[in-house]
Amino acid sequence: MAFVSSGYNPDKPMENRISDIGPKKYDEFYPPVIAKNKGKWLYHDVIKPGVLVHVAESGDKVFTVRCGGARLMSTTHIREICEIAEKHCGGHLRFTTRNNIEFMVDEESKVDPLIKDLESRKFAGGSFKFPVGGTGTSITNIVHTQGWIHCHTPATDASGPVKATMDVLFDYFKEHKLPAKLRVSLACCLNMCGAVHCSDIAILGYHRKPPMLDHEYLDKMCEIPLAIAACPTAAIKPSKVEFGGEKVNSVAVKEERCMFCGNCYTMCPSMPLADQEGDGIVIMAGGKVSNRISTPKFSKVVVAFIPNEPPRWPKTTDVIKNMVQAYEKGANKYERLGEWAERIGWERFFEQCELEFTHHLIDDFRDPAYYTWRQTTQFKF
Amino acid sequence: MAKHKTPLLDQLESGPWPSFVSDLKQQAEVRAKNKEKVEFQIPEDVVEDLLGILELSFKHGRTHWKHGGIVGVFGYGGGVIGRYCDQPEQFSGVAHFHTMRVNQPGGKFYTAEYLKQLCDLWDFRGSGITNMHGSTGDIIFLGTTTPQLEEIFYEMTHNYNQDLGGSGSNLRTPSDCIGQARCEYSCYDTQALCYHLTQEYQDELHRPAFPYKFKFKFDGCPNCCVASIARADMSFIGTWKDDIRIDQEAVQAYVGGEIAPNANDHSGRDWGAFDIQKEVCDLCPTECMWMEGDKLMIENKECNRCMHCINVMPRALRIGKETGLSILVGAKAPILDGAQMSSMLVPFVKAEEPYDEIKEVIEAIWDWWMEEGKNRERLGELMKRQGFQRLLEATGIAPDPRMVKEPRSNPYIFWKADEVPGGFERDIDEFRKYHQR
Repeated sequence: MAFVSSGYNPDKPMENRISDIGPKKYDEFYPPVIAKNKGKWLYHDVIKPGVLVHVAESGDKVFTVRCGGARLMSTTHIREICEIAEKHCGGHLRFTTRNNIEFMVDEESKVDPLIKDLESRKFAGGSFKFPVGGTGTSITNIVHTQGWIHCHTPATDASGPVKATMDVLFDYFKEHKLPAKLRVSLACCLNMCGAVHCSDIAILGYHRKPPMLDHEYLDKMCEIPLAIAACPTAAIKPSKVEFGGEKVNSVAVKEERCMFCGNCYTMCPSMPLADQEGDGIVIMAGGKVSNRISTPKFSKVVVAFIPNEPPRWPKTTDVIKNMVQAYEKGANKYERLGEWAERIGWERFFEQCELEFTHHLIDDFRDPAYYTWRQTTQFKF
Repeated sequence: MAKHKTPLLDQLESGPWPSFVSDLKQQAEVRAKNKEKVEFQIPEDVVEDLLGILELSFKHGRTHWKHGGIVGVFGYGGGVIGRYCDQPEQFSGVAHFHTMRVNQPGGKFYTAEYLKQLCDLWDFRGSGITNMHGSTGDIIFLGTTTPQLEEIFYEMTHNYNQDLGGSGSNLRTPSDCIGQARCEYSCYDTQALCYHLTQEYQDELHRPAFPYKFKFKFDGCPNCCVASIARADMSFIGTWKDDIRIDQEAVQAYVGGEIAPNANDHSGRDWGAFDIQKEVCDLCPTECMWMEGDKLMIENKECNRCMHCINVMPRALRIGKETGLSILVGAKAPILDGAQMSSMLVPFVKAEEPYDEIKEVIEAIWDWWMEEGKNRERLGELMKRQGFQRLLEATGIAPDPRMVKEPRSNPYIFWKADEVPGGFERDIDEFRKYHQR
């Protein structure tokens, strides 16, 4: 493993330096049919699950085949995607916001051979490499964060629960059988790199134990005032602690004030929260970002805690599947999960999804809490 | 023969959904065989050790990654996230496992040729493991060592004309929906605006000068496919001012069942015959649509552009011609003070190069936030702390009822002296002439 230089000279870092050039320009990568018809599309149709056609004013058509994938992806897998694009699509492809891969062709006759090729490819373990679906009223790919594969603050894994959940929801990915689209998202802690707080169903990693205090190293590794300032509930104060016969500067945590956000740990590595029993999953539901019919909505906490159960998180996937099935059965055409819950009432939602309502689900965090209590005599028995 | 036993992860190889475990294993094997004779610049068994440490997390129910260290490329304050594992003796291949964020192209369109170049670079100088893509939109290169960072950056900029993305208290890599490239709903060219602002603000993207992160996202229409309203400090959402364009013949084709509603999105279930009254007119949130005989009528002035009717009948209804965008500001995830969505600031602005009006709003907001924002305070939190009025003062934008859902229900208005005739200076002796103590 001999070091191979790129040409960079560490003694003169500014020599021939190129910086601030930004991304590649988008139009370098447009397939010809896209470049030609950009801004002149008339309408689209979803021919069948996973297959879209867009028709332009010129009469040109572009057929898109969408397939799912893990966003954690090796170069071996990307090279296979490239090979498919070269074989069927003139070397063009794109990814969607929700980590799907889209292959575009300009003639309908090219669609079926492409699908056949995609569906024939499987990993050694037996799973599909490129399942076609994820359009219309299906459940498309789950957007998610890093989890245990790469992050320092997660309260659950990301790729694992996502794989387990998509296995359970696979039929919904392949078919258009729901009343409207249903978006599932996962964030492995409430930093929410994935911003799951406006999803039909959100899987959220959460800690439940206050930070441990590594007094021996705390003052050496952390700026104590920053750790104190990081706490949104003012639960952390400075303290002097006896350690190894000496008084050392550290912090104390008022445990009843902690809501386990982990912001202190972000500022101070000597305050870890992670714990096998403490950490797990919160399920939220009923959010959306679209302005269609009703305005965008936040997701609401519907299950306060489910333990982490690697490798397949069965309780989490059961809860999700029950919720999806209740929604499938109960909602009107075009109604999103949150709109359905609001129409029937949340008391009915818990009944239909067979979820227990516990005190944890009543908001007690600051002013907005009041606006979620019921100031009316209108409710359902 | 795998380096580490992974009985828990192995259980994620079955089932229909693409298995990331199978993919990692195939990558580990490709590196071990090294048919292409690549002179790997980081340990050959890096993926084996990644699987090993992930298995350990599955066993412990806890992550094994430490806080990031301060690593990066010269002159940039973002784009690289330092990462070290907490079991370096057992998993030496991932002892140093830094992330690089690579600024993705607009609309996430690629050519195979370009992607393969990135793969070559990443196989040679990194783990070959990526995210396509990270949550903010970047291509994520997962796992390399410190000495490789400058080498990768040098090759990327010199050979591929490609820059890194943002991290830390910077402008984060902006991202966009597919927009006019392949969507008839898009009210402006999301990719053009996203690219233009990304280039304009390269300094803010690479060199941290902000109180905290700042995100731009560009949605072409109110359907919000990139979720800008939930995720971006500044959300640019396409909209239009004039009338929805109607093709009455196509309306009749929907009514007659010749065209499936909602672009055939409901094809997997029998929902009965399409009923335009029930499915379109009655679901319109402003009740501004009705049928007159065979004709669909819209009182466009009352339309709030929710997109429902257009989504149901894309061949009959089209967005208007006088298009532009709305700017909403202040979205963020729950940490710290609870989640926020973006709030309406600019109801309508044209989206035309050189986008000066848009840049004026951006820069006025940054000036205010950089002056007043506390360390790690997002724009939305500053808005809550100081009030929407301060945002209007900072941007010089006039108040408009479109900015609120409803007016305030308390009368605690912070009147200013110059808003009240005579100001706040008063003479108590004069007052006492008429009012005894």
